[in-house]
Amino acid sequence: MKHLNRKIIYDIILSKFFFIVGLSCLIILFIIMLFLFIEGIPVLNHVSLTDFIFGTSWYPTSDHARFGILPLISASAAVTLLASLLAVPFSLAIAIYLSELAGNLIREIIKPVIEIIASIPSVIIGFFGMVVVAPFLQNNFDLDTGLNLFNAALMLAFMAVPTIASICEDAISSVPASLKEASYALGANRWQTIYHITVPAALSGIWTAIILGISRVIGETMVVLMVAGGAAIIPLSIFDPVRPLTSNIAAEMAEAAVGGPHYRALFAIGIILFIITFIFNIIADYLSGKYKFKEG
Amino acid sequence: MNDKVIINDLTFYYGNNSAVKNVNIRVQENSVLALIGPSGCGKSTLIRCINRMNDIIPATRTEGDILIDGGSIYADKYNVSDLRRRVGMVFQKSNPFPKSVFENIAYGLKINGIKNKYDIETRVEKSLKGAALWDEVKDRLDDSALGLSGGQQQRLCIARTIAIEPEIILMDEPASALDPISTQKIEELIQDLKAKYTIIIVTHNMQQAARISDFTAFMYMGNLIEINNTEAIFTKPGLEMTENYVTGKFG
Repeated sequence: MKHLNRKIIYDIILSKFFFIVGLSCLIILFIIMLFLFIEGIPVLNHVSLTDFIFGTSWYPTSDHARFGILPLISASAAVTLLASLLAVPFSLAIAIYLSELAGNLIREIIKPVIEIIASIPSVIIGFFGMVVVAPFLQNNFDLDTGLNLFNAALMLAFMAVPTIASICEDAISSVPASLKEASYALGANRWQTIYHITVPAALSGIWTAIILGISRVIGETMVVLMVAGGAAIIPLSIFDPVRPLTSNIAAEMAEAAVGGPHYRALFAIGIILFIITFIFNIIADYLSGKYKFKEG
Repeated sequence: MNDKVIINDLTFYYGNNSAVKNVNIRVQENSVLALIGPSGCGKSTLIRCINRMNDIIPATRTEGDILIDGGSIYADKYNVSDLRRRVGMVFQKSNPFPKSVFENIAYGLKINGIKNKYDIETRVEKSLKGAALWDEVKDRLDDSALGLSGGQQQRLCIARTIAIEPEIILMDEPASALDPISTQKIEELIQDLKAKYTIIIVTHNMQQAARISDFTAFMYMGNLIEINNTEAIFTKPGLEMTENYVTGKFG
């Protein structure tokens, strides 16, 4: 009886403990959000919302400071779009190869290698972009600088490929063999089966992978800080130097006077980033639900 | 009657284990052959040899031969896709594609080179009627096939198979997961299909084998024990082992 009581007490203590741990995550997240909004919203005392978002000049430290972040938003959008265009087809090809075409031995080797690539610190990828890719681009494409939109997109794609490929591979591998057999039994060859049956059945997981990969690209700071070039202009060519939202915050936060308009503007940029990733998460949720494969 | 399928001394290995051992069977055109025997006796493996479905399983090996209309399906450079067009298959667990009812059938037509929209629509309707499913799904052709009941899904799989007009249909326990009414519908369907197709069906249900088949083959541990016309197998089997199995004394 005594033993039983002790068990019940343990049980209560443990469940309370995990409840508090779980709740604290939620509270900390909420406090960070609150902090972000409290620090950022007052930027509207210095600049109107439309001028902030659609203004084309970012001169935060001049005498007549201008806080237009359109160049930063367009830089983030352009880098993300280009990185996705490079990463998604490549990742899909890797995932299809690994799950449908490669032999067991090759899969056992390549899958872990891809996952190790995902764990390379971004500063090292940025370093590689600076020291190897930038001079290469500069010399071979006759550019003023190799630190530009294309370089950043290339490095970000390199970072996104392992994430996207690995999750896509899981999704494609989990398509029931019975569906593939049904397709083969109708006289379909391997490619027809992959294209018409296997990949469509895995779409929910593939979309989740793509959105997660893109989220990582949008939020990535170090790589773009190092290789994107840093010019706050709206890019007209893929070889223009750019200044995405994240790298702008990282580059300027240390020199902004606490509580000043510049400081407020940087926090407001944080809010914009938060909203963008939030929207992407909602899209990911929606898409993974929409294409969810229900087994008969 | 012609022998549509001739299985010649067939042995099939998973790794080093033979799942089918020196089996010889002749299947007459437009007849129904039932394969019976306890679980793991090699029935499913055997019918999966007839459309070379086992090719996709690694580390397997086949000895002996299977002839369809006199031609070896294991001949060099034999086109497996062509074989599977001629030899359709319905699986134990209904496996419709996660697409619409219409697309489930149209897929097989499209990959087999039928592009004309009118032809596809005609053949979708014809095969759904052939599988006794048309009346139940004609108003929901664009709905997901996964929303159909289990019995309807299995008849959709049959419709999908007959849409590409095979000559032989292999069925691997097609009614084992279905309720009695759905099972009855599938059995009636098999009787109708016999007029146009040669059917080889694996079943665990003795009554089903007795009701629907013309010939019955009893397998045990990879060996073919006895094959005869169905009436003989069930009323005066040649071997005691067969009798014990069909009367339920072991199995």
